[in-house]
Amino acid sequence: MRVGVITFPGSLDDRDAQRAVKLGGGEPVALWHGDHDLKNVDAIVLPGGFSYGDYLRAGAIAAHSPIMSEVITAANAGMPVLGICNGFQILVESHLLPGGLVRNDHGDFVCRDQKLRVENVDTAWSNGFKEDEEIIIPLKNGEGGYIADQATLDRLEGEGQVVFRYLEVNPNGSANDIAGISNARGNVVGLMPHPEHATEPGFGPDTRAAMRSGTDGLTFFTSAISSLMANA
Amino acid sequence: MPIIVVEVMPKAEILDPQGKAVAGALVRLDKSEFSAVRIGKRFELTVEGPITDELLAEAREIANDLLANTVIEDVIYVGEARPADDTQGA
Repeated sequence: MRVGVITFPGSLDDRDAQRAVKLGGGEPVALWHGDHDLKNVDAIVLPGGFSYGDYLRAGAIAAHSPIMSEVITAANAGMPVLGICNGFQILVESHLLPGGLVRNDHGDFVCRDQKLRVENVDTAWSNGFKEDEEIIIPLKNGEGGYIADQATLDRLEGEGQVVFRYLEVNPNGSANDIAGISNARGNVVGLMPHPEHATEPGFGPDTRAAMRSGTDGLTFFTSAISSLMANA
Repeated sequence: MPIIVVEVMPKAEILDPQGKAVAGALVRLDKSEFSAVRIGKRFELTVEGPITDELLAEAREIANDLLANTVIEDVIYVGEARPADDTQGA
């Protein structure tokens, strides 16, 4: 399965996302923001970073990149799309996901291994988890506060579109402790934590078993890749 | 060159951490008569010719599509620079 990872000016974690795709059993395909070409990929990852230096608003300028018109068309046709951190910000700025992301309520950049609960295991990127599974995924952001109006929050909660929720600590003031959401169809998922940084033993978050042994993020990628293979 | 001004503010119900930090500084400066601060953005769009209704309509479109994210922000002004907007003065 070919999984495209889009590089925008200022993307930081595009190579890590490509590596995670490989570890998850997929074939990573580098995509360029300035092209109108998805290179026949089966799924797309919008990686973390600081596209356009977060100028205007985080993700705002990248959301108007040439390749985003193809991404929006593909997402609306059901292709799995995952937005991580800045990628999540790009997805809300392109209106593929509802709500917005604002500066952390405490004003500081935050970097920590974050406990999450998986609350929807029916999305393209979470179907390999068990219901209410608790996972640890690294988080690093300055503008990760998820907000939406009350009607949107009620709809997200009611329809099960809150996919990941912060546990123990709300690191950025997100409404309802929301860490990640999906669209109604479940093919588009965005979250602030970085699953691609928890995919390889020795380079992930600490666990009780051993330092840096956490690989909970790998399931994001195997979820999408194995369900694509099952439908192929 | 004529300038079209676009002003954007965070929605009232959205926390504005920048404004909150400045309000905290005012308290420390003993200026607590200013009880709250909110920080918005001002864009100055330079146009080549005179400001027409078409250009203003286009500016309004840009304001809502790109300059502001209307989920979290409100566009509060789109129009010609006002006399009080003279950035050389004050």
